[in-house]
Amino acid sequence: MTTMETRAAGTAAAAAGSEEIITGCDAVAQALRLADVDVLAGYPIRPYDSVMTAVSKMIANGQMDAEFIVAESEHSQFEIGKHASLVGARAFIGSSGVGWMYGMEALVVTSSLRLPVIALVGNRALDDPGAFGVEHNDALMVRDTGWLLYWVESAQEALDTTLLAYRVAEDKRVMLPCALSMDGAFLTHSQHIVQVPGPAPVAEFLPPYDLGDRRFHPDNPVSIAPQFNEDWVMEARRQADAAMRRARGVIAEATADFRRVFGRGPDDPFVDTYRMEDAEYALIGMGTVGLVGKVAVDRMRAAGRRVGFVRVKWFRPFPRPELRALLRGVKGVGIVDRDYSFGSNAHGGVLYTEVAAALYPEPTRPVIVPFIAGLGGREVSVENIEEMTDITEELTARGELDASCQWIGVRGPASDPRYDVERGAR
Amino acid sequence: MSAGAVDVTYRGVFQKNLAGVITKELVKAARREDKFGGTVARYGDSPERNGIPAKQFAVIASDMASLQVEMTKYEPDNVVVVAVMDDTLAKGIESWAWYGVRPINLNLAPGGTLLVISRQDPAALLKWIPRRPQPWTLAILPGEPSFGGLWVYNDDGTDYRTMGAIARVTDGLVSLESLIAQAAGTRDGGKREQQLREGYEAVQLHQVAAGEGAEDTYVPVQMPDWTQMREGLVVPAVEVGRTNELFMKYTTRTARPLIKFDACVKCQICYTVCPDECFIPTPEGHYDVNYDHCCGCGICAQSCPVSGCIEMVNEAVFDGNEPLHGVYERDPAAYEELRAEKLAKAGGPVPHYGIY
Ligand code: SF4
Ligand code: SF4
Repeated sequence: MTTMETRAAGTAAAAAGSEEIITGCDAVAQALRLADVDVLAGYPIRPYDSVMTAVSKMIANGQMDAEFIVAESEHSQFEIGKHASLVGARAFIGSSGVGWMYGMEALVVTSSLRLPVIALVGNRALDDPGAFGVEHNDALMVRDTGWLLYWVESAQEALDTTLLAYRVAEDKRVMLPCALSMDGAFLTHSQHIVQVPGPAPVAEFLPPYDLGDRRFHPDNPVSIAPQFNEDWVMEARRQADAAMRRARGVIAEATADFRRVFGRGPDDPFVDTYRMEDAEYALIGMGTVGLVGKVAVDRMRAAGRRVGFVRVKWFRPFPRPELRALLRGVKGVGIVDRDYSFGSNAHGGVLYTEVAAALYPEPTRPVIVPFIAGLGGREVSVENIEEMTDITEELTARGELDASCQWIGVRGPASDPRYDVERGAR
Repeated sequence: MSAGAVDVTYRGVFQKNLAGVITKELVKAARREDKFGGTVARYGDSPERNGIPAKQFAVIASDMASLQVEMTKYEPDNVVVVAVMDDTLAKGIESWAWYGVRPINLNLAPGGTLLVISRQDPAALLKWIPRRPQPWTLAILPGEPSFGGLWVYNDDGTDYRTMGAIARVTDGLVSLESLIAQAAGTRDGGKREQQLREGYEAVQLHQVAAGEGAEDTYVPVQMPDWTQMREGLVVPAVEVGRTNELFMKYTTRTARPLIKFDACVKCQICYTVCPDECFIPTPEGHYDVNYDHCCGCGICAQSCPVSGCIEMVNEAVFDGNEPLHGVYERDPAAYEELRAEKLAKAGGPVPHYGIY
């Protein structure tokens, strides 16, 4: 069974739930209702903003009781979420593309104050050119700053992971914000079959938000966010580092508990693996590329090729132990980056750099081929996945341990010596 | 192992809910037949501004793998029905910039059905719809374009009648029985069932032969490769006085401004306020309209200080986009006759049109 099928089929029993046909954004909104979120801050930008529409409708219909504050910019929106979380309210924020970037200062102080705000990033290409399509660079921009990061593949996973994210982020051992990424258009605006659980299992799974003695309140006189200067900064960073390390255990625990309570959910909390048993070649990607990736794998398996697909779900904390174990024995790995990192290692994307670094301690390493595909909402097709597998196999056969990055699905020649070397802006 | 899609082409933002209900309920009904399904929205820049064409697709598949593949495309393949929610969209659509104006039946699978909600007859619609190399079916569901207010659901039964018509024209993608069973569970289930049956019965089918229809002038837009594009996202401008052929805006229009040149006081206000710079000064100081670029926003009609000088008139009564001042120059009386004829055919100007 494919991922969507497993999720669509096995869940009927989730205590008086219902099957709905809803978008990824609607699915997050349903989870926000079920999680009884107290404060939602918003500022419209496509494609994330359909979650705002869905939530305001539920509040207007009396299905949800929450403060919904529309700010005058993303920066204020994120500050509102941060302050709400600080006074003990379960908070939600979100954005897309350059909107997410505009609030960057507020984002980094949310994680440095260790406030478990949950954000939805409807992944969108950064301007310019103006575009609505998916690219993962927006959410990736906070990858070094203490945000937990997750990429979903389906609307069902969006609902489930929103609940999971609150549980993990608010755990006393973690207390870090979490951004849930969802491919713009392909998931934010597409409706999937989703099992929406009833309130009982959610209440069992998700305890109330409790900030404890950090709660900013007259009954609990504290001052926060002082000017530390050079004296305390490094210690604060080390604390956040410890929290991120502890998050792995909390994620594993919460995912197992999710399965117990809801009767469904993944076996592996960190990566979604597809037909990796006995695989000689693997492709790795994040988000909806998994949907086509798995279909492509089925096709190639039917033709007798030993290929599997790995979808990285949690990007922070990065699933280094899982990837090392999974790729042991695999001869060649292709990394499908729906992002770019100009001037980085091998001129590949962010995921490539992380996977390659994760595999470095292995005694025998596979050939790793960086690919850039699907930027700005360009489709990644089954044929594209097959093409990337072909290239990976070919370079593996040649033992190419220093493969250079290949752009898939870009109009024009693979490389142009005149352009790559000589020609500049005209 | 297969998937088929229904494309609901509508005018945002007024018909967004309409398209949403149709696609979602089609998928829910298909679930009753143990099929899989999902919906895909296609939108461009400000897709849901007044009148901008947009699409929502329902994908129905026999298995999850076929569905998964379609769910990661801009537009699903194997479109067996294109359901057109406003017959003026049959003139072509440019819902997302840089693609040019595309024929309404461009993505129709061979043997598929173009379903139009219209009061016009097939011959009138085929004056606008380009020919195809294969035969196809033109289905007409008699009715008016359904408009709610902004985002508001307009419960006039158009959605369920359209679904009934879709069940009739698709061979087994989703059955009328499943749609009725699905509707039975909703509020006003009885009324919905009646509307489904009405649509199923009322839809009129016309076989269109290969090569029948308007001349196909569509030329796909050629997009540059990465070595041809100018760096720094520089796009050449058009010369002053000329217009950008890639940015035709007329497909967004449900009504167009029609000017009574005899009443014009040459105040230049229309020329100043039009956001799309559609007004062309004429030697004697009138302002002609370049309808290729007019999106039908109605701002000019509201701004003109002379009562009855610029009126917004239903787009369905016009063919072509030629500016009309030439007719006036040759014979002002003939122009007045033309204006009167169009207004009569349209049942008068569109009242309270535009942004307020
Ligand atoms: S309706 Fe009037 S103002 Fe609006 S685009 Fe057309 S000519 Fe310009
Ligand atoms: S606004 Fe009206 S009166 Fe003024 S120039 Fe335009 S058409 Fe003539």
